[in-house]
Amino acid sequence: MSHLRPELRQRAEETVALYPQRRSAMLPLLHLVQEQDGYLSAEGMDEVAELTGTTPAEVRGTASFYDMFHLEPVGTYVVGVCTNIACLLAGGQELLQHASERLGCAVGSTSPDGLFTLEETECLADCNIAPCVQVNHRFVRTTTPDSFDALVSDLREGRRGDEVPPHGTLNRVRRVGGLRVSRTQIASERSTALAARDARTTAEPK
Amino acid sequence: MAVLNAPRIVSSRSEFADSFTLSRYLATGGYQGLKKALGMHPEAVGAEVDAASLLGRGGAGFPAGRKWSMLRRAPVSYLVINGDESEPATFKDHFLVERDPHQLIEGVTIAAYALQVTQAFIFLRGEFALGLERVQQALNESYEHGALGANIFNSGFSLDIVVHPGAGAYICGEETALIEALEGKRGFPRIKPPFFPAAIGLYGAPTVVNNVETMANLPWIIENGGAAFAALGAGRSTGTRLFALSGRVKNPAMFELEMVKNSFRDLIFDPDLGNGIIDDRAIKAFIPGGVSAPWFGPEHLDLALGQDEVAEKASMLGSGSVVVFDETTCAVRAAWRITKFFSRESCGQCTPCREGSGWLERIMFRLEHGGGRREDLDLLLDLCDNIAPGLSWPPQQTTICVLGSSIPSSIHSAITMFKDEFLAHVVNDGCTHG
Amino acid sequence: MAENTPSNTTVSVTIDGRVMSAERGELLIETAERAGTYVPRFCYHPRMAPVGMCRMCLVEVDGPRGATLQPACYISVSDGMIISTDSEKVKKAQDGVLEFLLANHPLDCPVCDKGGECPLQDQTLTHGSGETRFIEEKRHFAKPISIGELVLLDRERCIQCARCTRFAAEVAGDAAIDFAGRGDKIEVAPFPTEPFDSVFSGNTVQICPVGALTAKPYRFTARPWDLEQVESTCTTCSVGCRIAVQSSANRLTRVLGIDSDPVNHGWLCDKGRFVIDAVDGEQSSFDVLDPSTRLTEPMVRRNGELVAVGWGEALAVTAQILRDATANGADGVGAIGGAALTNEGAFAWQRLLRDVLGTDNIDAQYGDGLDGALVASLPRATIDEMAAACTVVLLSGDLREELPVLFLRLRESVVKAQTNIVELATGSNSLRSLARVSLPTRPGEAHLVARALSVKDNSYATLSTHPNGAGFSEADLNEARRLIGDTGEGVVFVVGRPNGAESASIVEYAIRTFAVSFPKAKFVTALRRSNVFGALDMGLAPGLLPGRSSVASQARVNEREVPTSGRGTISQLRALANQHQSAVILLGGLLRGNVADRALSERALSRSHVIAVTGHGGADLAYAEVILPATVNHERSGTVTNLEGRVSAVIAKVVAPGSAWNDVAIASELAETLGQSLGLDSIEATSLAIESTTSYPAASVLRGDFNDGVVVGRVANNSVQRPLDPMANPGIRSVDMVGLAPRAGSLAQSELTPPRSVATIEVADVLAPSISSIALADAYSLRVVATRRLYDRGAGVSATSALSALSALTTVEANPYDLDRLGVTTGDVVRVVTARGNFELAVTANSGVTRGTAEIFLNTLSNDGVDVAGGMIFNADDVVSEIRLESR
Ligand SMILES: Cc1cc2nc3c(=O)[nH]c(=O)nc-3n(C[C@H](O)[C@H](O)[C@H](O)COP(=O)(O)O)c2cc1C
Ligand code: SF4
Ligand code: FES
Repeated sequence: MSHLRPELRQRAEETVALYPQRRSAMLPLLHLVQEQDGYLSAEGMDEVAELTGTTPAEVRGTASFYDMFHLEPVGTYVVGVCTNIACLLAGGQELLQHASERLGCAVGSTSPDGLFTLEETECLADCNIAPCVQVNHRFVRTTTPDSFDALVSDLREGRRGDEVPPHGTLNRVRRVGGLRVSRTQIASERSTALAARDARTTAEPK
Repeated sequence: MAVLNAPRIVSSRSEFADSFTLSRYLATGGYQGLKKALGMHPEAVGAEVDAASLLGRGGAGFPAGRKWSMLRRAPVSYLVINGDESEPATFKDHFLVERDPHQLIEGVTIAAYALQVTQAFIFLRGEFALGLERVQQALNESYEHGALGANIFNSGFSLDIVVHPGAGAYICGEETALIEALEGKRGFPRIKPPFFPAAIGLYGAPTVVNNVETMANLPWIIENGGAAFAALGAGRSTGTRLFALSGRVKNPAMFELEMVKNSFRDLIFDPDLGNGIIDDRAIKAFIPGGVSAPWFGPEHLDLALGQDEVAEKASMLGSGSVVVFDETTCAVRAAWRITKFFSRESCGQCTPCREGSGWLERIMFRLEHGGGRREDLDLLLDLCDNIAPGLSWPPQQTTICVLGSSIPSSIHSAITMFKDEFLAHVVNDGCTHG
Repeated sequence: MAENTPSNTTVSVTIDGRVMSAERGELLIETAERAGTYVPRFCYHPRMAPVGMCRMCLVEVDGPRGATLQPACYISVSDGMIISTDSEKVKKAQDGVLEFLLANHPLDCPVCDKGGECPLQDQTLTHGSGETRFIEEKRHFAKPISIGELVLLDRERCIQCARCTRFAAEVAGDAAIDFAGRGDKIEVAPFPTEPFDSVFSGNTVQICPVGALTAKPYRFTARPWDLEQVESTCTTCSVGCRIAVQSSANRLTRVLGIDSDPVNHGWLCDKGRFVIDAVDGEQSSFDVLDPSTRLTEPMVRRNGELVAVGWGEALAVTAQILRDATANGADGVGAIGGAALTNEGAFAWQRLLRDVLGTDNIDAQYGDGLDGALVASLPRATIDEMAAACTVVLLSGDLREELPVLFLRLRESVVKAQTNIVELATGSNSLRSLARVSLPTRPGEAHLVARALSVKDNSYATLSTHPNGAGFSEADLNEARRLIGDTGEGVVFVVGRPNGAESASIVEYAIRTFAVSFPKAKFVTALRRSNVFGALDMGLAPGLLPGRSSVASQARVNEREVPTSGRGTISQLRALANQHQSAVILLGGLLRGNVADRALSERALSRSHVIAVTGHGGADLAYAEVILPATVNHERSGTVTNLEGRVSAVIAKVVAPGSAWNDVAIASELAETLGQSLGLDSIEATSLAIESTTSYPAASVLRGDFNDGVVVGRVANNSVQRPLDPMANPGIRSVDMVGLAPRAGSLAQSELTPPRSVATIEVADVLAPSISSIALADAYSLRVVATRRLYDRGAGVSATSALSALSALTTVEANPYDLDRLGVTTGDVVRVVTARGNFELAVTANSGVTRGTAEIFLNTLSNDGVDVAGGMIFNADDVVSEIRLESR
């Protein structure tokens, strides 16, 4: 019995097929588990182990290396405020402090209503709009306490649905096309491509 | 006076709201470089890039053409694009993947053709959710358009590109850690030797790793010729480059500037660029190329924005990001925050990096928040010396990768340049800045 | 004009001013060590790929850009390299790394198991500044947490060298632990719901360079400076791993693996490492039926009760039983067992049985082994030869369960892509995922598959008449044929008894077919019981004499009267049951758990005079008339022979409890009591007798000249004392040279013959077994595959509390396809119908089990503690066993 919903399970299997080795699909698959469960459930990690040919200990060990993966449930909205150097110089530390008070939870924890998890992040690569804030890994371009408050009300009232999908949803665009379809097709396409390459590279450049 | 007449090579579409779509891309000359490349011999494509002297834009600044040509003997198996962009204050690749994904894809395809690989991976930082969607969308369009996939533009050349999401770890920008992450593992940099990507890379096969911005330059180079690119800039620093300006300036933003022709002063103060310091205060210092780089004081403002020019003064242009400190900036606090970053992002393999970064961070925290001691300054410098012996630039290494040896930069710079400020922190038992 | 041109394979380097030559590609750390310079290190382990993580091994290497610090553990030497290991810069860097390591390290050396043998502590004492500059709060974790049944983890002490995690993934191939977290939050972790219960977990404790991983059984039992140690051989299975045995105050405290290049590479399985509990045993317990009871006094049965007596009386009673039993002919007695004896013990008992009692009813195996003459006739491969083979053909049980370190060696060579595995797949097999070809082989089919592979006739066509068809395709068969080739050159067959519920004749036929068809192939015989190969070589099998010669051939040469048609174990049990034989001597092992047909052995014991020679209690002793207490391993010296035919020494480390005697003494004194002398006055004298009569290198090995033993029939390297890398084996103090400790008593000064080849039996001379016809499989029954688990209900595990918790539980494992037909799945309880009755058991779906078969673990209990399998399923008369499953 698959823990992933059929539609996600299918995406997972397609993802595995994209890579020459199964284990490569580890990070994308963990994102899928998070898309379904909001965090990395034990059942989800077990399934990733099966799909990638690894042990559950390796899956959990790998996942825990990466900040975006949550081994415990988190709030509906994971709010990240950057305090790294450019944001620090623009008041990131203060904005984080404000967020903590406003959301009613300490940095690294979840608000009592379960709606928000607040994180202090490292640089998010949007330093010209500092301090930088992400919600569920979407840049919300909110740099002042006031605009932060507005953001929180919007989220509470579900006004940013399009912009901010549920936590864990990373890439809403499905892959269409590409070389990789079935294993055998990949192999044959690759060998024709390699033969063609040999033909080209042995010819002298003009 | 700033020199702003160079062509916009990688940021030309940024005015268009739909710059990321195939239709806009085609309407603005997209995929012409690729078409041209496919009509050339692969080695001739490589030769153009060599002639362009395109320095890698990921930080180390190694010429892309040289990297490729070194691999002529060992057929390359994989091309991997580094879009992990996590170096603090760097935001150029973020811009490129969100605003012009087709340009990236075209560049990747050109590189793949030159290298004759049929499989490429674009590793994108997981936090770029929109970027991931835009790149995937562009890939779909590109397959549909015949610019990617089997038999590209009927040339007989085939390429598959997979976009691979990261999951939040700065170290995955280091190319061998990136390969590990791409293999589904913890992002532990590999030991070199033997794991030079060119020899033993992805799945143990020869692999080329290049930065997103490096790729984005290729369509222009092929269309206009390597010589045209090399005609811009000076010395080894050719073409244009994206400079990410942030910190205490009035206009923090990204600018595409011709290499070497402008100085840091131009970048920070020119009204068309940084437009000076907030509230017209005095500049205190600036970081010339990402937080791994040693800091510069105002005396270096007239240094040209060129790779060798900055290296000569014992720092680096690195990822092209410039952070400006003004007189309100506390040097101890800035260095503490940077150290905290390294401590959080150390992968944890090497003892000096894992333990050293945490120890340094805790000392810096005490200095900034109270509890600092006079002897902490010597201790800091000695610990730094144990991580990067000699405290020179480029640093000597006791670690696997250069994240470790970059840790001392900020502390060493801050203590050398602002020792009095440290002593004041000791005397006042913490920071007295606003 | 290169004056000093390096050859292709050697280069010349300068280390601290001294020029020396090295193999091209050798790691600097190894070259330096050969030069006598010990470069400090923590993460480097010579049996695993370098990772360069701890950074302790930094040295200065002169290169084109001046001298730079480089890690010695992964830089290879190149010609002209100039290395400094003691410059100021090196010292500062190394001191710096050490200081960083200690920054967060807790100050609990006084209560740490590793204290006194800790490389980190050693380094600190020799190099550390003695004063800490670290005034911050240390990193805190909850103190030791249990990560498995046998292993505790103290995360504060961990120095993140990744030795344990690398061992699990790289060597054991089962990453049940991995690093979790990043940076200074890295910790070793199993998956929360899956504890670290690998059968190799103890190795991680041994290679942990600090006290982060500790073994629950050893915790707080001793301090290293109180320990004494000898080098010996593990006799838990027939791989014969080299071990250091440590004791304190006459109690065994710990066993560590020694890095023996030809054998175990430093590794041990957890059973071998931890069964020492069983040796110490419960000396105060008087329950002779309990396997954890150590027998200390001879006992005889009076009025139905066993009572302790002196040796004189016990021997007298024994002699009388034997005299009575042989009154009508020597056939009235026999002996079963002996695989746990040393070669010397086995030799002495063999002399007593053949020369004094005149019987050939001798069998060291329990009907679950292979014909001794066949074993003796096979051209043997060493473990190294197996690891270097291009193809290894498996026809054996799961090596990880039966011969764990052999599994590690084979796995390593497969992973390094040196070896292809072709598997005749019977039961579950841990190597299956690495096999190039698996040929599913149901009970009663191995001989046909063997013919298909070798003589390539068509008899395997009958396989497809099975209701499920042939288990494999023609293409698989051809691929296997290709990998084996025509002559078997470079091929090693690993052959054993993959199925305890199938007549030996099936695999014996297959093995003989392989041996005859592939004259250049070699064999590893995968019989698992400790010294079974020594016992066979010493003649503990019907028709076999010491030195791998047969009774028949000796009789021809010597014109001597010897019985030639002795009974094996199963025949003896039958003879005892129908009273054609009246007495049996059980040698160092009991029937329960060893003989699959339990009903038969109970009938036999209940009808005969039973003399038990054993160190431990056990259920069979309910039938014993006399118990003669014997010393067990680590209490006796001697030699043993592993599956390669490697003779190595076992050394007494502790004194046996009470008045237990060694087997040579028991056999000799019993012979005296029977009025004859064996002339075997001591263990040494026995080893000399073995060597002088058969050229078997027992005395040479026991004298201590050969650390890694001597493979019978091969030229021995006279190995020197073995300097142990303290980091390869942290736990053995760094200054120690572990070799055979000098032993009391000296050997007779006679010239020892250098080992030369022993007698051999030709495979062609071994009678081809005849195979009784097998009834056609019907579509409703499943053929039983009975396999061995490492942690079964055997005496060693049962007597070791740390291991008994890990004992495997029996369920019926079957292919999901077969279970689906029944409408049951994992966890459901079914009714198992056998020829002898029926009982209930849970099922487990396992796609690794071939369709039409059912796997059951021998000598294990079901969930409810019922020992169903052995009692109900196996009948020694049947070629194969069948069961039917019915859903309730
Ligand atoms: C700690 C560390 C972080 C790095 N991060 C990045 C990064 O985010 N993006 C990038 O392109 N290169 C990064 N690099 C550099 C890469 O290792 C590599 O040199 C680069 O991707 C090569 O591409 P280029 O030659 O096109 O510049 C980093 C290196 C180190 C040591
Ligand atoms: S230097 Fe730091 S980040 Fe780089 S490999 Fe070592 S521990 Fe990891
Ligand atoms: S880095 Fe060389 S031994 Fe650890």
